Amino acid sequence: MTKRFALGIFEDEDVLLHAVENVREAGVKIYEVFSPFPIHGIDDALGIERSRLPIAAFFFGLTGLAFALWLQIYTLGFDWPMIIGGKPHIALPAFIPVAFELTVLFCCHGMVITFYTISNLYPRWKTPVLDVRSTDDKFVMAIEVNENTDMNKLTQILRENGASEVNQKEMSKF
Amino acid sequence: MATLTHQENLTAEYLEVTPGARKNFMFIIIAGVAVLVLGVILSLLGIGSHHEAAEGAAAAHGAAHGGAEHHGSAPWLKRIIVSLWHNNVFFTGVSAIGTVFMAIQYVAYAGWSVVVKRINEALSAWLVPGLVIMLVVFGLNYINHDLFHWTTPGIMEKGNANYDAIIAGKQGFLNPIFYVIRMVLFLGLWIFFTKRLRDLSLAEDQIGGTSFFHKSINVSAAFLVVYAVSSSIAAWDWVMSVDTHWFSTMFGWYVFASWWVSGIAAVTLCAIILKQAGYLPLLKPDHLHDLGKFIFGFSIFWTYVWFSQFMLIWYANLPEEAVYFNQRLGGFNGQYTWIFYANLVINFAFPFLVLMTRDAKRQMIMLKIVCIAILVGHWTDFYLMFMPGTMKADNGFIIEIGIALIFLGSFLILMTKRLAQASLTPVHHPFLDESVHHTT
Repeated sequence: MTKRFALGIFEDEDVLLHAVENVREAGVKIYEVFSPFPIHGIDDALGIERSRLPIAAFFFGLTGLAFALWLQIYTLGFDWPMIIGGKPHIALPAFIPVAFELTVLFCCHGMVITFYTISNLYPRWKTPVLDVRSTDDKFVMAIEVNENTDMNKLTQILRENGASEVNQKEMSKF
Repeated sequence: MATLTHQENLTAEYLEVTPGARKNFMFIIIAGVAVLVLGVILSLLGIGSHHEAAEGAAAAHGAAHGGAEHHGSAPWLKRIIVSLWHNNVFFTGVSAIGTVFMAIQYVAYAGWSVVVKRINEALSAWLVPGLVIMLVVFGLNYINHDLFHWTTPGIMEKGNANYDAIIAGKQGFLNPIFYVIRMVLFLGLWIFFTKRLRDLSLAEDQIGGTSFFHKSINVSAAFLVVYAVSSSIAAWDWVMSVDTHWFSTMFGWYVFASWWVSGIAAVTLCAIILKQAGYLPLLKPDHLHDLGKFIFGFSIFWTYVWFSQFMLIWYANLPEEAVYFNQRLGGFNGQYTWIFYANLVINFAFPFLVLMTRDAKRQMIMLKIVCIAILVGHWTDFYLMFMPGTMKADNGFIIEIGIALIFLGSFLILMTKRLAQASLTPVHHPFLDESVHHTT
């Protein structure tokens, strides 16, 4: 599906931050803001709710822990019991380092994959970028528009709030 | 918010220790004395101790020493001496963390912690009485050598009935003169650097400017080098030498981790109590969030060090090393076993699960509960380090809790006194503005 965006280009992150507040106050729904670096306070200004990624991380970690314990208890305790260092087959203290490592491994890989998937950042041949300058020195505010949108008024609002340019771009698969 | 506003008009605010608060501290001390007296009476009546178990353990202990016998003090006196040492090591160590934390913040050019800086300074107020009590209790040890087995007369003389070849091999390090020199030197240095940082901080309040800040960085850097070495050796001296035969290369870190996380918990608890009493208007949930992260992280760090020590000893299973955990896990009829597991639950599992979410670290009530749990938990951790080596099977809790309450009350009196001496906000600290606008 193809979507059409109005892009307000900003030169400074403080100007952008105030613009975000004012544009939202004017009743315009902001689709997304692109910036070369993280801007403190932009989440609050955009009204983005806190991510639920930590909850996912907790369960990824739990999965890793369960997998590590199952792997060691099943292989060393039941499938192929061996006596190592005169310890019992299921020697929990010896399993803790592996359990810890697999917890961390599952947790961070799961978190990175989840984050990339939900943010549309997974690798692909052609990356959709609204304005390539947002990876360099410009700050881009994207607003989804359709045929009913009053472009003149939108351009005026963006200009009044410090946008140096206002462009339009169509983007499929976004 | 991201935009920097100019410094708000910051004025000094002074803590007023109300007569009610002072009465509460005195009440804690009096309650401690009452509990102590009760404990002594119960001990004299033979209630709440483990005499049956003691005989078996004493026999085993005697055998280990080639039949050498040494009689300790009466259980109640021995418990008082051991407990004084235990509490003093705990409170002095926690007290030193105030200066260590502040020094790390200086060296790291960290700005966020400026609003809690004065609490760190006040936490270090116990160092001077700590040194005095430590010297006195080391003297009390010589009544019957209750605390340090290596001080027994003749233990390092060949041919003496008390001779112990292993301990005699440690004579170069574990002899009373060098021991006292180290104790005075380390605590003396900690006191010196604490005073220096405090003086610079107070002068900054009066005069302002950045010169005091730069001087503080130099003092802090020197202190951290001194502390890194001395805290580790102090842990061998004050704690590990109680189990004279035993040794662990992880021990310096283990004791430091315990002091460190307790110290941060104490600072956080104090900040929350002050905030709830209407002080520290600049303290925001963001500062508590960072302190909470420290508590969360270093609880895990303590567990990591604890486990590193435990697993290697458990895996290698060398008799001279494993004896430490034999005593604590199932030794003396298993009377330390529940403390061993409780120690892990309260110091690792509890803070780990409770402080995991962001909201918990930002809520005063959650942090308060965890801070108290950690302070109690690490007191128990030190209990577990001292008691099996000294009291063997004769350990108890009533005398120990009584003495802990006396220490707590006195500690709070000194700490609040120092807190009240200067403005709670260091108004001329160059990073104050950064701290005020701190976001996490």
